[in-house]
Amino acid sequence: MQKVRRVISVIVMNESSVLARVSGLFAGRGYNIESLTVAPIPGSELSHITIVTKGSPQVIEQIIKQLHKLVPTFKVIEHEEMIEKEMVMVKFPIEENLSDIQALCGAYNGGIVNVGVDMVIAMAADEPMRIGHFIEAAQRFNPSEVVRGGVVAIER
Amino acid sequence: MKMSGAQMVCEALIREGVKTVFGYPGGAIMNVYDEIYKQNGFEHILNRHEQASVHAADGYARATGEVGVAMVTSGPGFTNAVTGLATAYLDSTPLVVISGQVPLALIGTDAFQEVDAVGISRPCTKHNYLVKSLEELPRILKEAFYIARSGRPGPVHVDIPKDITAEIGTFVYPEEISIATYRPNYKGNDRQIKKAAEAIRKARKPLLYIGGGVVLSNASGLVREFVLKTQIPVVETLMARGVMGAGNPLLLGMLGMHGNYASNMAMSETDLVISLGARFDDRVTGKLSEFAKYAEIIHVDIDPANIGKLVNVDYPIVGDVATVVGKILTELGDINTDRYQAWREILKRYDELHPLTYHKSDEVIKPQWVMERIGELVGRDAIITSDVGQHQMWAAQFYPFDRARQWINSGGLGTMGFGFPAALGAKKGHPEKTVINITGDGSILMNMQELVTASEYKIPVINVIINNHFLGMVRQWQTFFYDKRYSETDLSFQPNFKALAEACGGIGYDVTTKEEFDRALKDAIVQDKVCFMNVAIDRLENVLPMVPAGGALYNMLLEHKDK
Repeated sequence: MQKVRRVISVIVMNESSVLARVSGLFAGRGYNIESLTVAPIPGSELSHITIVTKGSPQVIEQIIKQLHKLVPTFKVIEHEEMIEKEMVMVKFPIEENLSDIQALCGAYNGGIVNVGVDMVIAMAADEPMRIGHFIEAAQRFNPSEVVRGGVVAIER
Repeated sequence: MKMSGAQMVCEALIREGVKTVFGYPGGAIMNVYDEIYKQNGFEHILNRHEQASVHAADGYARATGEVGVAMVTSGPGFTNAVTGLATAYLDSTPLVVISGQVPLALIGTDAFQEVDAVGISRPCTKHNYLVKSLEELPRILKEAFYIARSGRPGPVHVDIPKDITAEIGTFVYPEEISIATYRPNYKGNDRQIKKAAEAIRKARKPLLYIGGGVVLSNASGLVREFVLKTQIPVVETLMARGVMGAGNPLLLGMLGMHGNYASNMAMSETDLVISLGARFDDRVTGKLSEFAKYAEIIHVDIDPANIGKLVNVDYPIVGDVATVVGKILTELGDINTDRYQAWREILKRYDELHPLTYHKSDEVIKPQWVMERIGELVGRDAIITSDVGQHQMWAAQFYPFDRARQWINSGGLGTMGFGFPAALGAKKGHPEKTVINITGDGSILMNMQELVTASEYKIPVINVIINNHFLGMVRQWQTFFYDKRYSETDLSFQPNFKALAEACGGIGYDVTTKEEFDRALKDAIVQDKVCFMNVAIDRLENVLPMVPAGGALYNMLLEHKDK
């Protein structure tokens, strides 16, 4: 069965152990998680969890139903028409060509965000696939650390 | 009203109408037990193991339809209860299980008898709570009962730190409960119901496939009415035994791995499956690609996640079985039952070709005979519980079940040791009924300490031990599929079951002939003590028919050369 990539938003009550319920569901039923982000929704008692997963259409359907079934789940959105963004931070040695790094980051909605004694930190925010390209392109500047933030998405 | 957290627990139980609590005290739950001592709103039964407490609450819930309640302490008290939670979860039994926890300040410090209880119970409960403040305790208890009994029922676990049960606060018990994120759908979609009714009218070979959801929804009467009106043949799952009643001319029997020939052939040839409260378990379907291959499927289930989980469904209906069946009946109006006549005749011929039967004997006791005989002697009023294994399947096949909630067994999790404590719970719920646990010489030892509980509280349940000196079901698989290498299944070394029962204040019977069986059972029924009937049966008897695991339903082993 063809596996498809899906971005799912889960709106849950912002209470302790709710993230464990969601991640435990994926672990216990053998579903795949590519990325997971979570943050409170401002001005409410809710949190927004964004999950990127892969599976056959049947598995995706089960994931959505099982997420719905959790008592603290308010809403599950299987994104179709969405804007997806991810951010990444990369640490480079200070000896690298900083203007080239600045230019590269500029192409991916980012820039240099911190300069230290022996390293600089740059960031970029873009579609998840383009973040992948950015990380590839950044390799020539000998990055010492790469931290991806996970995908967030909003329905158009 | 000012009171302690422990008093709040007792008060909440009383307001929920709880009559019996099964449990076992310990350090972290002592404050609550101190209040139990002072109150007289409910009775507490001290089981001799926490697993048995949860199974007893489970048996009580299944027999009565009420929420069962068990109480345990932290750490090992709780971990002992986990098998009970998982058992109830897989069979959708409404339970509230309350555990003590170490004081809030000690949580996370590896304190004495500390374990991450909610972390462990999360995947085997419908929902769980760690109470973090006294203020939220009454609401959580109210929610626990509401969640346990509503929608698809299930066990709810509430973990309460010891300092919260000691703290004094104001008790405000909510009258009504509403959880914004939890709204079970009972009604069913009217458009889908209309379409389903249309499919029933058009079908030539429809088949009703009914499961434990019919029992949980108390829909047995409506389903019988549906069958009477439509004259559509019925197969029951293990969990639905009793719904149609033995002897109903349209009941083909139980389907699945140990289903009878006509039931499994019906499922293989039907053109319309009407599934009510059943979940297409692998023990029912066999090889999925061959299951109901020629059929459209109507699936009525209160849990949307069950629909389309294993098979593709043509008419999904999320709702309560009783409500939806009522609506389908109205929608169907007058229906021409002649339409299914040819189909009924085919199925009748299948049943005549290979009826559910066994080789009768006067020399040895056949286990199937035991089931039929108990049925003859105690009839429709008895409640039958069982453990797990061959005896369970023989009971499901041959006992003449007559009504829903008469048959109580661990179908989903298959928990050995379930039957005896569940029988205690069922008997507490229905003291007027004869309660018989049909068990094996393997299973009974897994909760035999309950002899003491039964004797102390004078709960006279009868344990019929179908004794073949084997872990029979595993032995059967070893005979069929492992070249008779009987790895660790020979139970030739046995306790003296009669003496064991007597040592714990009960009565024991050793039975080797049919006459002894009758005498013992008739005696046991009138005793006010717990009994062990140790029945020596034909040692190598197999459960047949059998669909080998993963095989198609229509490929049944009907006979085996070794027996």
